[in-house]
Amino acid sequence: MPRREFLVHLLVLGVLALGPWWLSPYNLSLLGRFLAMSILALGLTVVWGWGGFLSLGQGVFFGLGGYALAMNLKLAGLAPGDLPDFMVWSGLDHLPWWWAPFRHPVVALAAVVLVPAAVAGLFAWLVFHRRVRGVYFALLTQAFALALATLLISQQAYTGGFNGLTDYGPLFGVHLTDASAQTTLYAVTLGALCACYGLATWLSRSHFGRLLVAIRDGENRVRCLGYDTVPYKVAAFALAGAFAGVAGALFAAQVGVISPAMVGVVPSIEMLIWVAVGGRESLAGAVLGCLLVNFGKDWVSSAMPSVWLFVMGGLFIVVVTVLPQGIGGLLARRSAPGPAADAAPMTPEPAGP
Amino acid sequence: MTNGPLLQVEHLTVSFDDFKAIDDLSLTLEPQSVRVLIGPNGAGKSTLLDAIIGRVRPSAGRIVLRGTDITRMPAHRIVRAGICRKFQTPGLLDSLTVYENLALADARGRGWRAALRTRPTRDQQVRTEQILQLTGLTAERHRPAGRLAHGQKQWLEIGMVVASDAELLLLDEPAAGMSHGEREQTADLVQRLTTRHSVLVIDHDMAFVERLRAPVSVLHMGRLLKEGTLQEVRQDPQVRAVYLGRADELECDCA
Repeated sequence: MPRREFLVHLLVLGVLALGPWWLSPYNLSLLGRFLAMSILALGLTVVWGWGGFLSLGQGVFFGLGGYALAMNLKLAGLAPGDLPDFMVWSGLDHLPWWWAPFRHPVVALAAVVLVPAAVAGLFAWLVFHRRVRGVYFALLTQAFALALATLLISQQAYTGGFNGLTDYGPLFGVHLTDASAQTTLYAVTLGALCACYGLATWLSRSHFGRLLVAIRDGENRVRCLGYDTVPYKVAAFALAGAFAGVAGALFAAQVGVISPAMVGVVPSIEMLIWVAVGGRESLAGAVLGCLLVNFGKDWVSSAMPSVWLFVMGGLFIVVVTVLPQGIGGLLARRSAPGPAADAAPMTPEPAGP
Repeated sequence: MTNGPLLQVEHLTVSFDDFKAIDDLSLTLEPQSVRVLIGPNGAGKSTLLDAIIGRVRPSAGRIVLRGTDITRMPAHRIVRAGICRKFQTPGLLDSLTVYENLALADARGRGWRAALRTRPTRDQQVRTEQILQLTGLTAERHRPAGRLAHGQKQWLEIGMVVASDAELLLLDEPAAGMSHGEREQTADLVQRLTTRHSVLVIDHDMAFVERLRAPVSVLHMGRLLKEGTLQEVRQDPQVRAVYLGRADELECDCA
């Protein structure tokens, strides 16, 4: 990473790390959950920005991660033999077998990463193996999101139905609603974001990263150079799934709820808009886009609740027509290594129009 | 196994519905040789290459590389077995640099261990440098492939095919759209490749074909019409009939 870029990253990280000291508790909690969501956005940059396959179902993996942790939190603090509240209301008399392993927080935390990664990997393998690509892939991911959301709602007794899982017990003995726990969660979120950002940055510089871009530019060409492209695409999609799972778990822990409303088609499309606004090829753009759109959403919907969907639609149109590279593209253009930039690398850009 | 033919195409037939694009065609290529494939449009030249690299499936016949039947292998395995093709339309990875394109094509980049490396190994660097020199692109190494001049794009593609380490290189119109001087350079480049590879070239440009000084096979309606030197082929009445009305295509416009 060029030195200046590295310093900018460090500066931003510093400002975020000091968040608990300069932000109100309300804004800090917002920032915390948006940073969690931006981990998912990083995954979209990998698969959509670099690999070129559009996922309209990232909510699935967000949900799987969120539910995996939430299942543990529902079971935590229950007396042995007791059932989570919604199971009792639905008339269940014993815990379903597939809930049992989530009693252990370590198992649940592992599942947060592994279940979405495995489901994403398996899904991608089935689809890519059949040479399904482009818009058909996107439609399948969307169908997957719709299917999972429908399944979650219909299986009230096992999933909490429409309301999802809420009203959590403690994690490792700590109640997540405590003020100090919220700060810790913020720190954990920031740490997870840094780790995922670092991993993705490293990936972008590896041969694997270049292969992904090459597959986007010309998959047949890459195949004709002797590569089987399927495993690389599957690995990228599984990684994006794992990122989404981590995001979902951190979100559920901070907000105190995970429900089908965060899994289905509409939230999945909203996730794409974060990345589209930020610039789909840039990791920094993905994070920035996620924060901007979500703070914008919070601000607009508290001022004029009915307007947000229109704003979001308008935003998408603007990005697609005027700014296809998003904000990240705008930044990259300013710092693109061209003849002029080489001649005077330190010249500041004139500010504003 | 250094003796014996490199590639044997045996009674190959490729059909699209009722139309036979390749019709019972047999062809043998020797190691470290150049062979030129000519023929009027629709003769089946590109289809033959498609069949060899596994892009279309033949309905009959087989393709044998060094004794191994590759007829039904998936495309990427055929490359690993030793055949790589340069396509007619430029197939570069435009947003990657010249160097990255070559590094990607490098056979040493296949597999997971190589995929997770952020830097090419010493071995790969040396090889890529060699190919940059071979193709005359050393000065362009950091340019995105999409911004190269047309002739340079063609050379880069040839370089990528070379980097794949395949023993047999299939070049589909490597000199298309080039200036006279560039065509000569390309012909010389192709000849230099024969120290390590066999090359099968498709081209329409007779001046280019002449400069390759290689045996020529004429394809017509999916069949092999004639094999021989360019001179022999040109004199052949059957070949002239096939190019009827366009016999001037067989002449060298630079004579």
